[in-house]
Amino acid sequence: MVKHWYKIVATLFILYTIFAGLLSPVPRLDILNETIRNLFYHVPIWFALIFMMFFSLVYSLIALRNNKIESDIKAKDAALVGFFMALPGIATGCLWAKFTWGTWWTFEDPKLNGVAVSVLIYAAYFILRSSVDDEQKRLKLAAVYNVFAFVMMMVFIMVLPRIQDSLHPGNGGNPAFAKYDLDSNMRLVFYPAVIGWVLFSYWLYKIVNSLSNIQYKISNE
Amino acid sequence: MNKFISTLICFLVFNLSFAQSQSGPQMADAFRENGKIYVVIAVIAIIFVSIIAFLIYIERKIKNINDKVNKKS
Repeated sequence: MVKHWYKIVATLFILYTIFAGLLSPVPRLDILNETIRNLFYHVPIWFALIFMMFFSLVYSLIALRNNKIESDIKAKDAALVGFFMALPGIATGCLWAKFTWGTWWTFEDPKLNGVAVSVLIYAAYFILRSSVDDEQKRLKLAAVYNVFAFVMMMVFIMVLPRIQDSLHPGNGGNPAFAKYDLDSNMRLVFYPAVIGWVLFSYWLYKIVNSLSNIQYKISNE
Repeated sequence: MNKFISTLICFLVFNLSFAQSQSGPQMADAFRENGKIYVVIAVIAIIFVSIIAFLIYIERKIKNINDKVNKKS
């Protein structure tokens, strides 16, 4: 039971955000209206993605130090979970944008462009990994590329949108979340949502990783 | 008389716009008032819990296979 604490916490926190996220009072804002509640669901997905990519980066660095294939597999699995988090992240973002900004996708927002480029960068990571047959060579190449990929992603989705004008709140010189998060009621739901989704993504990673380990063991027999 | 009417109209229009700004942005108030939003939330929660249950089921299955692979090697 102690070993499974993060699964229990993730389930309870996400359940709590389903209840509180739809029922708690939110600030009344024009254009956003009730869609402000998407903050509890759309944004934590992206937080979980960044956490997973950081986790992947850490394991890539560990792999470079200890040269163990297991660490390389862990880095790949974490990046895979993060990669798949981007799909609901982009889909929910498009839907939200359609009903508030009036368009599914706009190339004027540097964050959207940055996300698109980051997804391609990580797609290249998986292709690079699968194109090298030698295990040790693959470990080194993939790990070095992963460091590059993470830094590029952070520049594209965290740094550049802050320098340029962006439709996203917290960008284009605005302080992050100040407009929405001023409401302490929303913080009470938003922070548990972030913790819940981060732990949930870790759980998904654990499942994927145990499958990868089995695959690795079988192919080495 | 004409002046009086136009003043009255101005006053009414002003009042109307004021009333609108007071009611603020549209929110799903009626949606919540009738109370049935709880049904929707319960449905979402049930779906989420069943997904979690399925995840646990998959995880146990994987653990089972993992133990078998480890025993062999």
